[in-house]
This record gives sequence, structure tokens and C-alpha cells, in this order.
Amino acid sequence: MKTGKQTWEFSSVFLQSVGTAVGPKEAEGPFGDSFDVTYNNLHCDQDNWELAERKLLEDAVTSCLSKKEINQSDIDVFVAGDLLNQIVSATYTARTNHIPFLGVFGACSTSMESLAIASSLVEGGFAKKAIAGVSSHNATAERQFRYPTEYGGQKPGTATSTVTGAGAALISQDRSDIRISAATIGRVVDWGIKDPFDMGSAMAPAAADTLATHFKDLNVEPSEYDLIVTGDLSSVGAPIVRDLLLEKGIDITNNHNDCGLMIYRPDQKEVFAGGSGCACSAVVTYGHLIDLLKKGNYQKILVTATGCLHSPVMIQQKESMPAIAHAVVFERVGGEG
Amino acid sequence: MANSLNDQEQYSKNIKSYQPKPPYVFNAIKAFIVGGFICMFGQSVQNFYINVFDFSKENAGNPTVATLILIAALLTAFGWYDKIGQFSGAGSAVPVTGFANSITSAALEHKSEGIVLGIATNMFKLAGSVIVFGTVAAYIVGMVRMLFKALI
Repeated sequence: MKTGKQTWEFSSVFLQSVGTAVGPKEAEGPFGDSFDVTYNNLHCDQDNWELAERKLLEDAVTSCLSKKEINQSDIDVFVAGDLLNQIVSATYTARTNHIPFLGVFGACSTSMESLAIASSLVEGGFAKKAIAGVSSHNATAERQFRYPTEYGGQKPGTATSTVTGAGAALISQDRSDIRISAATIGRVVDWGIKDPFDMGSAMAPAAADTLATHFKDLNVEPSEYDLIVTGDLSSVGAPIVRDLLLEKGIDITNNHNDCGLMIYRPDQKEVFAGGSGCACSAVVTYGHLIDLLKKGNYQKILVTATGCLHSPVMIQQKESMPAIAHAVVFERVGGEG
Repeated sequence: MANSLNDQEQYSKNIKSYQPKPPYVFNAIKAFIVGGFICMFGQSVQNFYINVFDFSKENAGNPTVATLILIAALLTAFGWYDKIGQFSGAGSAVPVTGFANSITSAALEHKSEGIVLGIATNMFKLAGSVIVFGTVAAYIVGMVRMLFKALI
């Protein structure tokens, strides 16, 4: 049901299961033990980077299903996306699993975009069981958006490190201990940032716009959430979004964090300003935050995945970078753990 | 609200304080040391060819450059050159080793697309512009020199 300007409220969408798969750097990070599948090599035992990313997404979907002992054939729709041209990781995964497929692209916001769409399909009765999934890979993203992996260019401190991993979430109307209660669909916001090595600055206004709309639409205070996370704003964008909202009289400083700042330890090598990529918000949410919700550490969290919608061609044509953010609310319901 | 962060027009100016400042002086020192070391190493390789293989000073340049390119290509393949590049910036990008790295890294990156359309097509993706401008500049300088010779 639509509430306010951009928010969908769901009455009976429940999270059944989650699956995550990550690469070596993420496995070494603080949540290394929380992920279902981890690889100790960036190739994930595959022949090339694209196959590695696809493997991660397949692993995430498989482990998500195996936890509930559900077959692929029982799933009504697979909503997925990634960062590559023609979202090939998602489409080629769908080629293998034969689940009816909807491909989505919202850059790094795809994690919550796919979940919001899947939730609306479940809520509307168009799918009984739906899976939302995303993947990203450090090396495929480097090739897609930046330079060859082994190129010796110097990155500035505002750069981010694309997370190698994939996350999948299975949802249905069957009651479980975690409910997906609302989603706010973001607008594309572009405040003129042109530096592709500074996506945090470009995405912060989009995150602020979506968050402000979310609080207004649902008429809630930020303090009602135990945690508000943004996707991959990094150490540059995270303080900007807090200050942008603070100026509007919305205070998230006490309960805000950024998945890009959570996924790695600060002393890890080549992390720069933090993690980014679709998998950043996906694996932190599905791998770590859902656990804390289940354990009862949190009652209600808001995940705002942020995406920078540029392409290398647009950058070379001197265009600025549009950005978007989609927010999804996860609530703990009933039962003790 | 003179300095409002929510002012869209002034946004890119107002967020300067949130962005880490590049350590220009420190970067320059690192580039100087690493770039200098590469050149010093190149010089010792050249001396080696002159003293051991009896190359003339002029002719020793070719095997020296080839040796540096080989070493840079190997370092790229082992995954070390990008780490050196992150540390030293222009120090490892400007010498001929940086040129070798840009070609080798592109070749490696596109290996999965096949030898002809992958490696051969994309090898000069980054280095191509250097070759284009190098050739064009050499042509212009050559023409100017020829013109002066004809006039004087």
C-alpha cells in the first residue's frame, strides 16, 4: 500500500532465509564468520573474474535455498541485478536456476531495489516465494568502471573498494521472525559531482533525499530505528549525509552507520574510504544485520542502499554523476530469538 | 543559510572539508624516490650492457629499455606493480616501466576474451593515446626541423 509520496507499506512480507558468499578480503573482515560461503582467492576457483562473480551469486542463492530446504522450482520469481553491462551475472545465474527472472539495475542500490520489488510482488500476491539477489566483484567492477586490475594507477583517498560478494534473500507471506514492513523508492538526485573516484560525495544527497522522504512518508522519527545504515557512502559520504539531514532538522547521528565502513577492518590493505558495490550493503545486511535482528539485538532497522548511476562513457563526455537510494525496513516480530 | 550544505549549487565546494586532502608533498617525495630508483636501476643496467657486452653508449639504450619493460611486465603479472603504483604514483607511472605496465595489465585483463579480439585489440587501450601523441609530436617536430634546415 502506498503511503505518503514514495513509500510502500507491506502488511505480510516476511524474510524466510538469507544467503551470502564473499571473496577473500571480505572473509578477513570483521563479519568473516557470518558469511555462508567464503573464498580464499579472488578468482573463487573459476577461470575468469566474470565467472567468479557469477559463482558468488549462484552460491548465495543456493545457500539461501538450502537453509530452508526449498528447491529452485518452488520459487516464483528471482529479482536480481549486478554492476556489469547487461547485468550478466544475474542473467547468467537465472539461466542456470530456471526461476522466472526480473533483471534490475540501480548500481549499488540494486540490493534494496531488488528486495523492494520482490516484496511488492509477494505483498500483491503475484509471487508466493520470491528471491532478491545481487552480486559485485572487485575485479569485474575495476574493468567495467575503472582500469585493468593490475594497472598501477594511484587512487585518491576518496576512492572506494568494490566488495567481492553476493547476497540473496528469500521472502514470502509465511510468517517468520523478521518482517519487511516498508520500502521507500528513491528519486535520482544529481548535485554535480563528476569525480568517479568520489562516489560517496555524489550519493550522499540521494541518500539524504530518500531518508528524509521516508521519515516524512511514514511519519516516524529516526530514533524509532535501532540502526539506520546507508549502503556505501564511505568515510566521505557518511558524515555528509548526517550533516545534510541535520540541517533539515533530522538527526540520525546516534544510530547511523555505513555498510562500506562496516565490512572491512580499518587496518585492512587497499580499503581506501570504505567498501562499495551492490554486495556491500547486501552481505552486511543479509550476513550480519539479519543475525542481530534475529538475536534481538535490534528490533527495527532501516537499510538505505545507495547507487551511483554513472558509466565510464558518461564520465568521458563530462557528465556529472546521478545517484539514487532505496530504503527498506526490517522489523523483528514475535517469538524469542 | 549562507554556508548550507543543502545548497545544491555550492555543494561541490562546501563538501571540500569532508574529503581527505591528497598529501601532495609526501606523494611527491615518494614519487621522487621510487622514480629515481627506477632510473638509477636503469642506469646500472645500461652500464652492465656497456661494460659486460661491449655495447656502445648509444646502442646500450635498446637492451636497457627492453630489460626494464620485461621486469615491469613480470611485476605486473605477479600482481606487484599496481601496489608499487598505489604507493609511488607518478614515480612508477612516468618511466618506461609504467608504459609497460599499462600494456601488460590491459593484455592480462582481456585474456578471457581471446587472443585476437581480447588481448590484441585491448592491449593498447591505455597506452594507445601515448603512442598517438608521441607519433604526432615526433612528426610535427620533424617537419619543423626539416623546414628550418631547408631555410638556413
